[in-house]
Amino acid sequence: MSAPVLAFDGLSIAYRRRGRWHEAVSDVDLAIAPGEAYGLVGESGCGKSTLAMAAMGYLPDNARVSAGGIRIAGEDLAALDAEGLRRLRGGTVAAVYQSPGTALNPALTVGEQIAEVYRLHRGFGHRAAWDAAAAMLERVQIPDGHRVRNNYPYQLSGGMQQRVVIAMGLAGDPDLLVLDEPTTALDTTVQAEILALFEGLRAELDVALLFISHNLGVVQAVCDRVGVMYAGELVEEGPAETLFHDPRHPYTAGLIACIPDFDAAGRPLRPIPGAPPEPGERPAGCVFAPRCPVARDDCRGTRPPLAATGPGRASRCLYPDDTPAVDRGAGAATGTHAGGGTGDAVLRAEGLHLTLGGVPILRDVDVTLRRGETLALVGESGSGKTSLARVLTGLARPRAGTVSRSGRGGAAVQPLQMVFQSPDGTLNPSHRIGFILARAIRRLAGLGRRAARERVPGLMRAAALDPALARRRGGQLSGGQRQRVAIARAFAGTPDAVVLDEPTSALDVSVQAAILELLRGLRDRQGVAYLFITHDLAVVRHLADRVAVMYLGVIVEEGPADAVLGGPCHPYTEALIAAVPRGRRRPSRPRLTGTNPGPAARPAGCPFHTRCPHVMDICRTEAPPRREPHAGHGVHCHLEIPALPRPAG
Amino acid sequence: MPWRVLEPLRRSPALAVGLAMVAAWLVTAAAAPWLAPSGPTVSDYGALSQAPSAAHWFGTDEYGRDVLSRVLFGGRYVLLIAPAATLIGLVLGAAIGMSAAYFGRWVDEVIMRLLDAVMAFPIVILALLALTMLGGSTGNVVLVIGLVFAPLIARTARAAALVEVRREYVQAARIRREGPLYVLAVEVLPNIRGPLVVEGTIRLGYAVFTSATLGFLGLGVQPPAPDWGLMVAENRALLTSAPWTVLFPAGAIAFVVVGFSLMADGLRDLEGR
Repeated sequence: MSAPVLAFDGLSIAYRRRGRWHEAVSDVDLAIAPGEAYGLVGESGCGKSTLAMAAMGYLPDNARVSAGGIRIAGEDLAALDAEGLRRLRGGTVAAVYQSPGTALNPALTVGEQIAEVYRLHRGFGHRAAWDAAAAMLERVQIPDGHRVRNNYPYQLSGGMQQRVVIAMGLAGDPDLLVLDEPTTALDTTVQAEILALFEGLRAELDVALLFISHNLGVVQAVCDRVGVMYAGELVEEGPAETLFHDPRHPYTAGLIACIPDFDAAGRPLRPIPGAPPEPGERPAGCVFAPRCPVARDDCRGTRPPLAATGPGRASRCLYPDDTPAVDRGAGAATGTHAGGGTGDAVLRAEGLHLTLGGVPILRDVDVTLRRGETLALVGESGSGKTSLARVLTGLARPRAGTVSRSGRGGAAVQPLQMVFQSPDGTLNPSHRIGFILARAIRRLAGLGRRAARERVPGLMRAAALDPALARRRGGQLSGGQRQRVAIARAFAGTPDAVVLDEPTSALDVSVQAAILELLRGLRDRQGVAYLFITHDLAVVRHLADRVAVMYLGVIVEEGPADAVLGGPCHPYTEALIAAVPRGRRRPSRPRLTGTNPGPAARPAGCPFHTRCPHVMDICRTEAPPRREPHAGHGVHCHLEIPALPRPAG
Repeated sequence: MPWRVLEPLRRSPALAVGLAMVAAWLVTAAAAPWLAPSGPTVSDYGALSQAPSAAHWFGTDEYGRDVLSRVLFGGRYVLLIAPAATLIGLVLGAAIGMSAAYFGRWVDEVIMRLLDAVMAFPIVILALLALTMLGGSTGNVVLVIGLVFAPLIARTARAAALVEVRREYVQAARIRREGPLYVLAVEVLPNIRGPLVVEGTIRLGYAVFTSATLGFLGLGVQPPAPDWGLMVAENRALLTSAPWTVLFPAGAIAFVVVGFSLMADGLRDLEGR
């Protein structure tokens, strides 16, 4: 192996909080070879982003390197002065962060921003830099770079913006590209395109990647080697193919067991018990010991070293052979649950039209939710999923169409409740949890003040919350706890149906697993129906009985989950399924062409025709008919049933 | 525990200084009967228009009244007027602003355009018009200042409430069919407390200033009451011959207004964190 482009040598980084230093990263050793793609995974607070910032020499003022060092292309970062750092950033190392919107200057055209890198780091003249910018835009697969370079960032979609940021990074001809959650803010279809772009660029350019993500599938798709971070330590490292199939550290195994697998529907999720330790409260022995299912007594006393467990592999575990094997869920039953979707409708909406500020958001949408079933609503952002939820819950009034909610509890009880995406805004920060839940019980179960207060502890326990937390306010709870309170609030009465609007997308995977299992348990005990809005098809497989796929305000396909995800299906559904990151074993993946035009520029005829690989003349002018490949499975497409795509499985 | 209370003062010197200035005014105004060397309307005909001296620290006016005593007693009028007027402005403004934010659409449009129309007039002109119609009494001064402040406070309340009414907890309340009154009073109001407190503090300072202005124009308290604005008005002809009769009451107004401004600045800084 030649000299690494990036090396952390026993690196520890501490942050000062209220006058005390807490170690955020402890004793991390890792080296990235030229041209290598190294993935760093772990949950929030594990120190991934601190490492990314350290690699750029961007530690905040209240942080310091407390031990070890960072070498970039052989140069010690600590020895560089301001000028040296400036040369390094954008030159030797470039970074791409989560939100392209804040990485780009809104007042400059994207071409100028790329050309600037050529001028400052490569010494190009104005003319040459401007031409190089167009060439680089085409290199990141933005067709027509000569035109696009004159655009301002707001004129581009999120995916295009992220390509521009990548182009800026590549313009300096870096040895290392630091990618901190570069696809997290993007739709899965766009994410798939960006991941494919990285693959292509790596084949073309000799650039190493430090790829940071919480999404194991994404990391698996891009990286050669992977490091797993936990509580500031690198707990396991190894080649991407073997590490996820045969983990040698119980935390890695636990992380995998938390994640719904698109290809193993019935596998139950096993949340990791407990929560990661706060910085400053990390245990003396193995940091994972308090949550480890196979911890022994000596794990709590000795801090395990990062020891080799195989070729190119290392684990910070004293007993790596005890690591539980990964359950691939082979032969397991499907995600459907008994009794789902057989009863009468608890929610029926017909012919919904919604317009916001003159823009058509929903067009002629029919939805039926039967008692006890879980209907997943999937689609890219801007497809109208949340707007549909707002109409169904009565938060927005449709321009046309009817919504009927048939409650089983009479008029006093609200039959339809909702759980929101953001755990930050879901609870009123001024009120204690006990007050919030008691109020919900009074309103939704029609109880008196006293009776409602007495019922709070039981409701909290049902959501796996410690009733002692009733005295706290939302700000004093973790994101997962807040989301549990929100779920408890939705279940305060006896709801017939609950709308779940991406309830886990802002949470870490281990917290997501616990929330999904909670929701599954509540459903099975209470016979409630869910309208589950999500962009994660693996979660759909895991939980849903039926699926409805939305595109630009219409439902293009709906039917039983297995039928829709197994095909034959709408070309858009096929593209969504192909975009699910599933490691390297990807057969032919049909990729979407073009970008989502957005509801304001909704195409006539079939709204999907501008991106459809099967587009025909009729698609441009006429709305497609509904075809039924199976009973109860509808596809809105001009293709005849035998011609409908079947996703590769 | 006592140190926790003082923590904000340590973090924001502006708040500490402003609070000290306002407290100094509160204490001296409240203790005026004991602190003042004489009554506010007592004339010493042996000492007309005298410069500050050991006997009369702030000097005397043309009727031989002790300026220090008058300034101290004058603080009592504003002590009542400013908080009462601000309270009226806050209650009214918060109610208007939050309603505009909550109901949105045409309700918001109508309310805000009306407020814009009202705010197009300078505050003093509005107050002048109102007081001319209602007649100048202390109660009317309070009412009028409160009314002219309401649009300004409404604007602040609306801006803050607009952020909150879109939050998920408000949507959750609407899904469980809570009425607008409950949503605004219980869900929204506690979360816009910060901006309202800051705005209220700024308004307190302006209320002092406005009541002094009205006093100066002769629309508030009537002579011989020792109102600061009134004192400036009565003695403004003596600005060159007996400047202390004007400068001390004017200084008192400035002192209190600056005190409240500093407090508001400090509170806003703490809010921002």
